[in-house]
Amino acid sequence: MRRAAPILAAAALFVLPLAFMDARTYVTLTVAGLAMGMLIFLVAAGLTLIFGLMDVLNFAHGAVFSWGAYVGFSVALLLNQRWGWATAPSVTLNVLLLAAAILAAMVVAVGLGILLERVIVRPVYGRHMFQILITLGATIVIEELIRMIWGPNDQVMPVPLTFQGSWDIADVIVLRFPVVAIVLGVLVYLGITLLLTRTRVGLIVRAGVENREMIQALGHNIYRYFTRVFAAGSALAALGGVMWAMFSQSVRPAMGGEQLIFAFIVVIIGGLGSVTGSLLGALIVGLSYNYVAFLVPKAAIGINMAIMVLILLLRPTGLFGSGK
Amino acid sequence: MPPEPTHGSPPLLEVEDLHTYIGQHHILQGVSLRARRDAVTVILGRNGAGKTTTMRTIVGLLRPRAGAIRFEGRPIHGLPPYEIVRFGIGFVPEGQGIFATLTVDENLRVAMRDESPESRDRLPRIFALFPALERFRQARAGTLSGGQKQMLSIARAFVNPNRLLLIDEPSKGLAPIIVEHLVAALQEMKSQVTVLLVEQNFAMASALGDDFYLLDDGRTVHHGRMVDLVHDHALKKRYLGV
Repeated sequence: MRRAAPILAAAALFVLPLAFMDARTYVTLTVAGLAMGMLIFLVAAGLTLIFGLMDVLNFAHGAVFSWGAYVGFSVALLLNQRWGWATAPSVTLNVLLLAAAILAAMVVAVGLGILLERVIVRPVYGRHMFQILITLGATIVIEELIRMIWGPNDQVMPVPLTFQGSWDIADVIVLRFPVVAIVLGVLVYLGITLLLTRTRVGLIVRAGVENREMIQALGHNIYRYFTRVFAAGSALAALGGVMWAMFSQSVRPAMGGEQLIFAFIVVIIGGLGSVTGSLLGALIVGLSYNYVAFLVPKAAIGINMAIMVLILLLRPTGLFGSGK
Repeated sequence: MPPEPTHGSPPLLEVEDLHTYIGQHHILQGVSLRARRDAVTVILGRNGAGKTTTMRTIVGLLRPRAGAIRFEGRPIHGLPPYEIVRFGIGFVPEGQGIFATLTVDENLRVAMRDESPESRDRLPRIFALFPALERFRQARAGTLSGGQKQMLSIARAFVNPNRLLLIDEPSKGLAPIIVEHLVAALQEMKSQVTVLLVEQNFAMASALGDDFYLLDDGRTVHHGRMVDLVHDHALKKRYLGV
C-alpha cells in the first residue's frame, strides 16, 4: 500500500487535465509531456546515482552534461560535414550519427567523471558544504573550458533527418525525436535498475551507500566502486546532454546549469536513491509542465516548484524515499 | 606489563602497545593482547575502557598512532580495512552493522568476499546454526528482530572461511533467552574459528571465554585464564563492578 500510493496519485494527476480539454489535445500534450519527462529523466538518472545513492551534492553534474552536449555536437558536426550523415535520407546513417555522438560524449564524460571523483570529490565525502563549494568551483572551470574550446555563443546542433518533424497518427501530432528520447529513457531506466538489483556490483554499491564502514570491513574497497558509479553517473549526464542538444537543436555553454535544477527537483521528488522515484518524478514534472502550459500558461514555470513543495509536505522523503 | 600467557601454539593475533586517537582524544594508551589459535579471548572492561576502539583499530577502521598489530605474524596496522579482513578476519561490530535495506540473503551474499562455491557451501551450516535466517531469507534485514539481526551479523562474518572473528558486544540489548541461543551458537562455532570477543555480560563472557584481557582507561591492566577470573572476586569488583 505504501508503495502503491504514489502510483495512484500520479495516475490521478495523469487523467485530471482531461476534464478541461478535448481528448485529442490531451493525447498530444501527454506525448509531449512524457517525452519532456524522459529527457529530464536522462539528466536526473546520473544525478540519482551520484546524489541520491552516493549522497554527493554534485553541482558539476550540469557542467558534465554541457561537456557531453558539446562533444556530441562536435562529432555530429564532423560526421555531417564529412559524409553528410545527418542530412542523408538514410535511417541507418542517421541512427549511426546519433550513436556515435552519444558514445563519444559518454567516453569523454567517463574520463571527466573519474577525474572529478578522484581529485575533487573524494576528499569531501560526507561533507555537504564542501561538496557544494568545490563542485560549484569545478563547474566554473569546466564551463570556461567549453568557452575556450568551442566559443561562448550558441551553436546549431545538427539533427539527423529521420528524427526531424513529426508523425501524424490519427490526428495526433507526435514529434519524432521525443519518441527516441522516450525509448532511450526506458532503456536507461531498465539498465540502471537491473545493474543495481541483479548484479554483484549493484549489491556492493547499495550496501556501501547504507554503511560505508561496514562494507569495507567486509573486504570491499568501496571507493573503487564509488569511482565507477560516479563515472557512470557522469556518462548518463553526457547522454542527457546530447539528447537535450538534439531536442533543442542547439548547444550553449551554460545549458547544463538550467537542466541541473530540474534534475535536482526530480531526484528530490522521487526520493533519494530511488531510480524508479526519479523516473516517476521526471514524468510528473514533464506532464504537469505541458498540461499547465496549455491551460494556464503563466503558471507553467511555477508548477514544478509547487509540486515539489506539495510532495515533500505529504511525504518528506519523496515518493520512493527510504527515509534514511 | 605482566608476562603474556603462553599456552604452546603461537598467537593468531598479536596487539602490542596500541595507541589510538579519536579526534583529539587519546583513547587507547597502550593496549596489548594476544589471541590464541582456536580459543575464545574475551576483552573485558567498563564502559569507555577502550574495548570497541581496540576492535575498530584491529580491523583498520581506526588508524593507530603507535604500536603494532600482527595477524599470523604479519603486521597489518596501517592497512585499509578491506585489505586487513581479506587476510581472514570477520568483523561483527557493535550495533550489528547490518544493511537494513538489503534482504537477509543479500546481506549474506555481499559478505562473501568472492561468491565462491566454498562460501556457498557454508550457507547450510550457517542456516543450521541460525534457522531463523533461512526462514526470513528474502525479508528485508531491517524488519528482523534485534536477536535475528545479531545472528545475521555473526552469520555474515562466518560466511567466509575466516580464521579470526572479532565480535563486539553481541548480547547488547538482547533478551536473556536470545543471549542463551547466541551462546549456544558461538559454542558451536568456536571449534572452527578463533574468536576475539568484547562482552559486558559476564555470564556470557565466562561461558565462552578461555582467556581474558582487562582494559581500563585505554590500557591492558590484567590478563589470564577465564577460569581464574571467575573466582577472583576482588579483581572483578575492582574493574568490572560485579
